[in-house]
Amino acid sequence: MNIKELIQLIDGKLLSNPNHLDIEVKGGFGADLMSDVLTSIQPEAVLLTGLCNPQVVRTATLADVSAVVLVRGKMVPSETIELANQEGIPLISSNKGMFELCAILYNAGLPSFEKPLPNADCGCY
Amino acid sequence: MEGSTPRPQKIITDQMAENITKIEELAYELRVREVMTRETKVVSPDMTMRDVVEMFRLERISGAPVVEGKKIRGVVSMEDIIRCLLANDIDAPASKYMTEKPITVRLNEPVVEALKHFVTTKVGRLIVVSQDDQLEGIITKGDITRGYLRALQRQNEEEELRRYRARHLFEDIESDRTSLILRYNIIAGDFRHGGAASSNIKRALLRLGASPQLARRAGIAVYEAEMNLVIHTTHGGIIRVEIEPHRMSIRVFDDGPGIEDVQKALTPGYSTATEQIRELGFGAGMGLTNIQRCVDEMILESSPGNGTRLKMKLYLNQDNTEEKPGKQKENSQNESAEDD
Repeated sequence: MNIKELIQLIDGKLLSNPNHLDIEVKGGFGADLMSDVLTSIQPEAVLLTGLCNPQVVRTATLADVSAVVLVRGKMVPSETIELANQEGIPLISSNKGMFELCAILYNAGLPSFEKPLPNADCGCY
Repeated sequence: MEGSTPRPQKIITDQMAENITKIEELAYELRVREVMTRETKVVSPDMTMRDVVEMFRLERISGAPVVEGKKIRGVVSMEDIIRCLLANDIDAPASKYMTEKPITVRLNEPVVEALKHFVTTKVGRLIVVSQDDQLEGIITKGDITRGYLRALQRQNEEEELRRYRARHLFEDIESDRTSLILRYNIIAGDFRHGGAASSNIKRALLRLGASPQLARRAGIAVYEAEMNLVIHTTHGGIIRVEIEPHRMSIRVFDDGPGIEDVQKALTPGYSTATEQIRELGFGAGMGLTNIQRCVDEMILESSPGNGTRLKMKLYLNQDNTEEKPGKQKENSQNESAEDD
């Protein structure tokens, strides 16, 4: 599904500039630990999170996330929105909770992208 | 006055701000003078409407300012010609049928000001004047569209050019060993900018032609290290990235407080982060583990009081990792001319 369809599906509100809305979201990932995101997210996923500091956007940029959904309709600092615009990452807010949002997206056919990266393991441990 | 016009950001309401697109941003960035038509045909007030029609036909235009000496008197457009034709009055002077008090915009105003007039008045063209109200030309919706396309094209080309230049950096410069060194100073506790260096490094790698997978691995590894500097150090630290055609070497160092037990720090899940740090989504104890997973080689050296040095290596072209550059100088091809 693309970002526009995603927003409709979760009854979300777009907080960032309406750019890149036709890019595809290929899977989903829910986490409040940015380290978890960096460790095991696959590229082109939508990231559902309860955090709303700018580091969420940084993490999303570095982990090739397609869009970020902030759950439970949290108030978002303006720095986070600014950074999302700067990095071109759609930032979406939804009043629904993490559990419900995961379920909606999973039922709509979005696979879990919460997997170890194939071939990225260098065998150090 | 040039450049001193304040950016009219204030007129954007929250509602509008939600819907601002790249194109709309351009309407605030581009100035009228960048998109307008300068060499405008003008009509004198006593020119007959018959001559005006002929001029429009020959010049393939649909409107022109009416000027007397240096004074702008009005505008004639197709609508005025139609009114004149309906009145069967084609030999009347232009001054009789022109639209008086035409809407003007100034050279240095942002294009959005012209757009506002087009939206609210339905006119086809606006008169562009200088600061002292002298005629400079006209601006139509078509001018704005063309201006947009040029601006978008220019932005595209600039990024293309940046990528092209970066990609050829190593080919264009001759030396026995060329490398590009990027340095970033990271400030302790600066969560607001934490991660900016990593984003920049990732972007640099993509511009240099690295694969998205490699840029991602490098970006994640440096980001974890960068956040460690932000979270754990006393005075912050330095990230130094050396990029060579075949590999990149990253060194991250700080002056304290140092790690008590390096082996323990490398254990997945071990963390000394405070509750406050964890609330920000960090401190899960996976940082160093994650770095190990992303890079080809990693060395961590630290002791309390001596700071920490983290060295990482990534091989840029996985197919060529077995080549030992500089060690296999082959002369056979150069000498083939001496075969006889």
